[in-house]
Amino acid sequence: MTGTIAPAAVRRSITVEAPRERAFEVFTASFGRWWPRSHKIGSAPMQSAAIEPRVGGRWYEIGDDGSECQWGDVLVWEPPARIVLAWRIGADWRFNPNLLTEVEVRFIPAGDGKTRVELEHRKLENMGTAMEAARAAFESERGWNGILANYQRALAER
Amino acid sequence: MAYDYAAMIALADPTRRAIFELVVEQPRSVSELARALPVSQPAVSQHLKVLRCARLVGMERRGASNVYHLDPYGLAQMRAWLDGMWAGAFDSFKAEVEKDGKGGT
Repeated sequence: MTGTIAPAAVRRSITVEAPRERAFEVFTASFGRWWPRSHKIGSAPMQSAAIEPRVGGRWYEIGDDGSECQWGDVLVWEPPARIVLAWRIGADWRFNPNLLTEVEVRFIPAGDGKTRVELEHRKLENMGTAMEAARAAFESERGWNGILANYQRALAER
Repeated sequence: MAYDYAAMIALADPTRRAIFELVVEQPRSVSELARALPVSQPAVSQHLKVLRCARLVGMERRGASNVYHLDPYGLAQMRAWLDGMWAGAFDSFKAEVEKDGKGGT
């Protein structure tokens, strides 16, 4: 399989009423203050989460029992303009150091002291077996090629 | 959260994951799956039931046997779940960043 069809990246953007430096600071240094507690991978209730402010720094959650579960690490650290984080959580919702999906966050001045924050979660085709499997399937007889072939056949039979 | 984790939980089990991978390769019957894996046929059926509930696989009758194939719905849902996760995170981020007075310091 050549892997020409991959899941589309997840894209989100938002404009916040804060200058770029503050938007970047809150996103990174105060990550644990705003990240929803429901979005966790550990078994313990999540107490906080953090991004270590450097390339290679860890991105992880902290449980209320003190346990730490890593999500990934910092790939690009360019304050206050951009960060790229490796999200290494698979379709099975577990940390996998060999899995790479990327979360890029850009902070763009939007005038009037506002900042546009753009996020792209990409390389989802790496997301564990499931996504890989999906890609394979889309190229198989049950995928678009198969569907188009069936369509062609149906047309020919008329 | 909107996503019920069904697909993720279903794939967390190594045997189910192996079954899923085989089904993705090509549609297969329960007996084919049981032959390919060190698992009994009733056990394979149980696993397939879980995968079907998570809508990771679908089933169709072919003659005397049921043949299982990939159901793209479960996978699309995972992507939708990630999308929803970031939407929720962004709302929360906006609230935090704008907490100390509009326009910032």
